[in-house]
Amino acid sequence: MTAVDDRPATPAGLPRRRGNPLLALLRNSWRQLTSMRTALVLLFLLAVAAIPGSVLPQRGVNPEDVRDFYTANPDLAPLLDRVGAFEAFSSVWFSAIYLLLFTSLIGCITPRLRDHVRALRARPPAVPKRLERLPQHVVLPASEGGTAAVAEMLRRRRWRVAVRGDEVSAEKGYLKETGNLIFHTSMVLVLIGVALGSWYGWHGNRLLVAGADQVFCNTRQQYAEFRLGPRVGDDLPRFCLQLDEFDARFLPNGQASSFNAKVTVDENGGAARQEEFSVNSPLRLDGANVYLLGHGYVPLIRYTDRFGGIQTSTVPFLTTGDIGLTSEGLAAFPDANVDPETGVRNPDLQVAFSGLYLPTAPQEPPFVRSEHPTEQNPLLDLVAYRGNLGLDAGIPGSVYQLDERQVRNGRLAEVGAKQLRIGESWTLDDGSIVEFVGTERYIVLSVRHDPGMMLLLVSSIGLVLGLMGSLFVRRRRVFVRLLPVGPADPDRGSPTDGSSLVEVAGLPRTEHPGFAAEFAQLVAAIGGRSGDAGTDPDAPVRAREGAE
Amino acid sequence: MSALSDQLVSIATLVYLLAMISHAVEYALGSSRAGAVAAPARELVGAAVAGDTPVAGRTGGGAVVSTVAAGRAGRTARRASLGGRIAVGLTAVAAVLHLVALVARGVAAERMPWGNMYEFVLTVSFIGVAAWLVVLVKWPFLRRLGLFLTLVMVLLVATAELVLYTPIVPLVPALNSYWFVVHVSTIVFASGLFLLGVVPAVAYLMRAGYENGKRSFPYTLARRLPAAAGLERLTFVLHAFSFPIFTFAVIAGAIWAEAAWGRPWGWDPKETWAFISWVVYAGYLHARATPSVRRNVVTWLAILGFLTVLMNLFGVNIFFEGLHSYGGL
Ligand code: HEM
Repeated sequence: MTAVDDRPATPAGLPRRRGNPLLALLRNSWRQLTSMRTALVLLFLLAVAAIPGSVLPQRGVNPEDVRDFYTANPDLAPLLDRVGAFEAFSSVWFSAIYLLLFTSLIGCITPRLRDHVRALRARPPAVPKRLERLPQHVVLPASEGGTAAVAEMLRRRRWRVAVRGDEVSAEKGYLKETGNLIFHTSMVLVLIGVALGSWYGWHGNRLLVAGADQVFCNTRQQYAEFRLGPRVGDDLPRFCLQLDEFDARFLPNGQASSFNAKVTVDENGGAARQEEFSVNSPLRLDGANVYLLGHGYVPLIRYTDRFGGIQTSTVPFLTTGDIGLTSEGLAAFPDANVDPETGVRNPDLQVAFSGLYLPTAPQEPPFVRSEHPTEQNPLLDLVAYRGNLGLDAGIPGSVYQLDERQVRNGRLAEVGAKQLRIGESWTLDDGSIVEFVGTERYIVLSVRHDPGMMLLLVSSIGLVLGLMGSLFVRRRRVFVRLLPVGPADPDRGSPTDGSSLVEVAGLPRTEHPGFAAEFAQLVAAIGGRSGDAGTDPDAPVRAREGAE
Repeated sequence: MSALSDQLVSIATLVYLLAMISHAVEYALGSSRAGAVAAPARELVGAAVAGDTPVAGRTGGGAVVSTVAAGRAGRTARRASLGGRIAVGLTAVAAVLHLVALVARGVAAERMPWGNMYEFVLTVSFIGVAAWLVVLVKWPFLRRLGLFLTLVMVLLVATAELVLYTPIVPLVPALNSYWFVVHVSTIVFASGLFLLGVVPAVAYLMRAGYENGKRSFPYTLARRLPAAAGLERLTFVLHAFSFPIFTFAVIAGAIWAEAAWGRPWGWDPKETWAFISWVVYAGYLHARATPSVRRNVVTWLAILGFLTVLMNLFGVNIFFEGLHSYGGL
């Protein structure tokens, strides 16, 4: 284990070191911030700070849940909102933690990067004087070849080797620190990738109804929900999509088994072409990807007003979330009952139908829940309203829902309700006719551009590879010294007289349980060629035993 | 096929239970004798710390010591050891049944058996037990940890069976992707290893307390456990091995989420808890590399990490609603 905690203090290079308390404070804070302990605390804080974001509803995940939470907790919700609890992951406190952590990270890896580059370029350090102090140590008779042969053997085993006279130093496992630095650097790159995506990316959601008259072209106005990064220019990539066919398959129990959307794409005004995409394979266009998120039905509702004017509503009905695709929606005709003689639009004779659509209605009432997402027994349940729809008031209303305020204040009145099957029509009290013509499919699209994605992918690969290097590689050193031929050295327990000896020692620089075995193999390779079992009866044998 | 799988799961649960009882017998018989054998156990793990390979060589030596001890303590020790060996045998049998049950489930569903929480928990626990058997082959002296492991297995598999059981259904389209297979298989694998990692972690905390002279209830259980240092190392090895796999799994999930939902990361509850687990385990590895943090604290972090994994497995599916809510509950 590298003793990272105790990084040597910055060298006393500044002349007036004690003179400036502010500088000293800064220097101290910086050292605190970049210490392993601080990193640990910040990591822990980060984990804790992520919890509220999973417990409380988040706008980014599901805005409706946040609205529901507001209704359920009218007192608490505004307070929570003030501290950013509904956008926890972009809140001040969450950002503060990760920004500090990344500052600490950068402050931590920069000096290590410098040191490591130096270590990579330096030769392995000189052989220490007292080799017998190292964790692994043997003395054995030298084989022929001397230091050159030892160095050659070590190089073949991919050790970095330095020969100094009669001594060989070798080191291996630099990849550990390299991997660790790659890992930590990749973390920074991931953050940059995320930042790029949020500055230069944009995305929008919308529904796309099938048919040639429903073509959607990629402009901001065309999106129901839209988010533009602060650095995105005004012009979005130009393309138009037309949904030709949507194919959804379901199991008998209603669970979806496959989706496929066929579209005509017209990109940058080029030749139109056919494309298909589905849930796990988005449509990748130049500068944007199109994802299929959902689907539903559009009941085509034709209304013939009291003057004989005909209009057809093609507004999608939104699914209510059940497996049978029960859908709710509104067919509004604000321009109904315009007197063709005078051309005057009577705002009190506007008409709307709020409805419930069941693709597979049950055989018996109540007709409130569809039994299957395919259209086996389609039924449209309509409630008719006449009066002022409130669309001119300037308050933006939803096109999918009736403005209930108009009903409450009496400007809009219910004038009847009826269930219709496809092809059926219903004559209202004023002689106007509403007809359920049929249905069309729509799909829910998310269109996105995220320029940080490539960087995210690359840095993720760096993350995993670096981590593997960091966790699986071990740094270790071996030292070999040819001992001068001389008299017996009783201290080292070698009684030989006159034959040359070699002293080998090993030092694992990180926790490395297999090191003894590896060392034994090296010793065997160094001493084995002599064919002699060795004069020091214990050392090499013990080492070899370990290698078995 | 599906019914066969269900029956096999029930039988496997029973066999795990029997294995647990055998381990308990070994424990009970073993701890009737005082520390006589605890000493060799410590020596053994001392060897384990010194090196991977020498362990095999030294175990023989340790066995000699324990036979000497056994000579004194008579038949009880032999019975204890027999109980232990039976327990391991039963664990292996249960693991095989468990595997066959999973395969049968996969065949019946015509897909990988990772479609809902029930299958997920079954697979994670299988990985845990399989990895345990591998660990046992490598370091047989750890056998006594089997009591904890089988306890965890009984709890998990029984919970899966009694609480989470779901009939077979095919995957919803969003799950029908190669990246799904990669993502889930690696998540399952890493979770299984984390699960196994908890066993030596808990054992370490108990044993370390025992070695420090604590003699109150949970620590007394640790009398016959291998030495604390070795348990701590094993905890680290397991976590160091599974953390990169877990990291890869989360990334694979992000790649899949990009294709399915258009964004690699959206802080949906499942993703948030995966993030929390990842950060906690990163904290564990960090803490272990920081000399000034005590090993007890470090090990608690590993346990905390697993609690967050459990939260993701059970809690998130039950309490929260998100894009990942196909837990099948
Ligand atoms: C963004 C937050 C961070 C994450 C997710 C993270 C994650 C990790 C992980 C998973 C490891 C284990 C790999 C190994 O043991 O080699 C590790 C090691 C390490 N980290 Fe970090 N780290 C973060 C920030 C930092 C910071 C701020 C520092 C500096 C204070 C730091 C310094 C180190 C060092 C020195 C090691 C090597 C430990 C060893 O010798 O084994 N890390 N980090």
